[in-house]
Amino acid sequence: MRPDQEIIQEWIQPGSRVLDLGCGDGSLLLYLQKSKGVRGVGLEIDAGNIEQCLRNGVNVVEQNLNSGLSNFRSASFDTVLLAQTLQALSKPDLLINEMLRIGKNGIVTFPNFGNWKSRVYLWFKGRMPVSKFMPHQWYNTPNIHFCTVKDFDALCEENKIKVLARTVVDSQHQGSWYMRVWPNFLGEIAIYHITKSQQ
Amino acid sequence: MTIAIPSDSVGLVQPRVEHFDEPLALRSGAILPAYDLVIEIYGTLNAARSNAVLICHALSGDHHAAGYHTLEDSKPGWWDSAIGPGKAIDTNRFYVVSLNNLGGCAGSTGPVSINPETGKHYGPNFPIITVRDWVNSQMRLMNRLKIGKWAAVIGGSLGGMQVLRWAISYPERLRNAIVIAAAPKLSAQNIAFNEVARHSITSDPNFFGGHYLEHGTYPKQGLMLARMVGHITYLSDTAMSAKFGKTVTDFEKQGANFGRDLRTGKLSFGFNADFQVESYLHYQGERFSENFDANTYLLMTKALDYFDPSVDYDGDLTKAFEHSDCSFLIMSFSTDWRFPPERSRELVNTLLRAKCDVSYLEIDADQGHDAFLMPIPRYISALSTYLGRVHEELGEDAA
Repeated sequence: MRPDQEIIQEWIQPGSRVLDLGCGDGSLLLYLQKSKGVRGVGLEIDAGNIEQCLRNGVNVVEQNLNSGLSNFRSASFDTVLLAQTLQALSKPDLLINEMLRIGKNGIVTFPNFGNWKSRVYLWFKGRMPVSKFMPHQWYNTPNIHFCTVKDFDALCEENKIKVLARTVVDSQHQGSWYMRVWPNFLGEIAIYHITKSQQ
Repeated sequence: MTIAIPSDSVGLVQPRVEHFDEPLALRSGAILPAYDLVIEIYGTLNAARSNAVLICHALSGDHHAAGYHTLEDSKPGWWDSAIGPGKAIDTNRFYVVSLNNLGGCAGSTGPVSINPETGKHYGPNFPIITVRDWVNSQMRLMNRLKIGKWAAVIGGSLGGMQVLRWAISYPERLRNAIVIAAAPKLSAQNIAFNEVARHSITSDPNFFGGHYLEHGTYPKQGLMLARMVGHITYLSDTAMSAKFGKTVTDFEKQGANFGRDLRTGKLSFGFNADFQVESYLHYQGERFSENFDANTYLLMTKALDYFDPSVDYDGDLTKAFEHSDCSFLIMSFSTDWRFPPERSRELVNTLLRAKCDVSYLEIDADQGHDAFLMPIPRYISALSTYLGRVHEELGEDAA
């Protein structure tokens, strides 16, 4: 169990319905099915990941998130997950709003580009940051919409999204007191639990 | 000439006939007083009787899904690419049941059978059969075989529609529903193609209002034309170009027939078949007309046209699946224009709304609708993986 998944699972109600956007090999849903008795379905486009989901006994639907989620009814899930996929979407803001239409709450995790390592890389090298964690060059990266913790906070505010909880961890998914103090500078992965603000 | 049977084949198989005396009330209101179903079975039933799988055939299929009847057979059963020891539908693990549906022409009671009341062929008087009627008859077969719950019911195209009907009518009798290259109901275009096929058969002078057998003949031209039209809709544009454009380089040298192979290398400037696709269609149509009954073809196309499980639920298909607690695997093929991926997605969205367990794969394949019969690696691998999981879960239940 990855520590970020450990954090996520605390926010999931036992027996709830979960939609995982970009579910990968289905390991998170599998864990939630076993530990929380959730009924879930994942969306994925990678053929290898899809087959791994079938192997894991996880429901998976081949669907491109960039084509939208209009096929899902409003409030048809308890929680909608978006783990490490936000930065690869063509319209992340629309998708976040769609998540909160379909689910009563949402959980989003993304790499924080405001992290000090990215800032140092850009400051000293003058080139787009490349690391073991984010190994792509600017021209071939699937990650087209990087943002920082502060950027995401601003998006939530503009879209009247309420942040129920926020935490940041490093690339080993460890948290610490100093990350809680300077999340945008020290956190490498941001994890948000969000919902629509009551008007 | 005898053939060597491949090691991953179920080998020589023998069909058997199951007779049913209990009258079957059909959706049309007609009653079939008694009937035969011809079946084939591959694999062994486990002690818990939990590893049975039902195969539902499509328009022109039958009970002979895998293996060979004799060593002289030129081809194995119609789904031999998927059924056999170690194959996706693994006969080392599953007890695979395949039947010829009612109204068929391969041994089950149908238009070519003798009506005991008249002593003559049923012919055009055979009652209209719907998908629901087939599933009801399959249910009786299931009871006869003392199977409580199918591990999976599997079918492509019209076969997939039977799987959907199982999930709606008898959800407690199956664990998994595998629906391949199907649709929740036919589109107007689908029905239009079926009507062309029917019209070509019924307007053949040798059709005799369906009583052709009494006249010692059959509507060969009509059946040929029906099959030719059908065959075009089963293939994609890409598949046809690939099949009939192999000698591209030769034709590039000659000039102008890219992707449209000529039969003789030059145009005839007449109305004979110039292009290979023409003679291919003639051959397919002719072979089919010799092996398939025209009245059965009419019945099968009507079963397709009438299929719409939402009719019992005020047109709301979601309601139809509300009690379906089996798991669904839906697969479609990118170039299938008879039942395109959008139709399968429609089904998937319905199942999601009905809160069913569903997985969906859209397989990239050039072969059009016919892809469901072909050994396409991603498709076969996914089917195999899914059924591997189904088999594992049977084990968990037994333990």
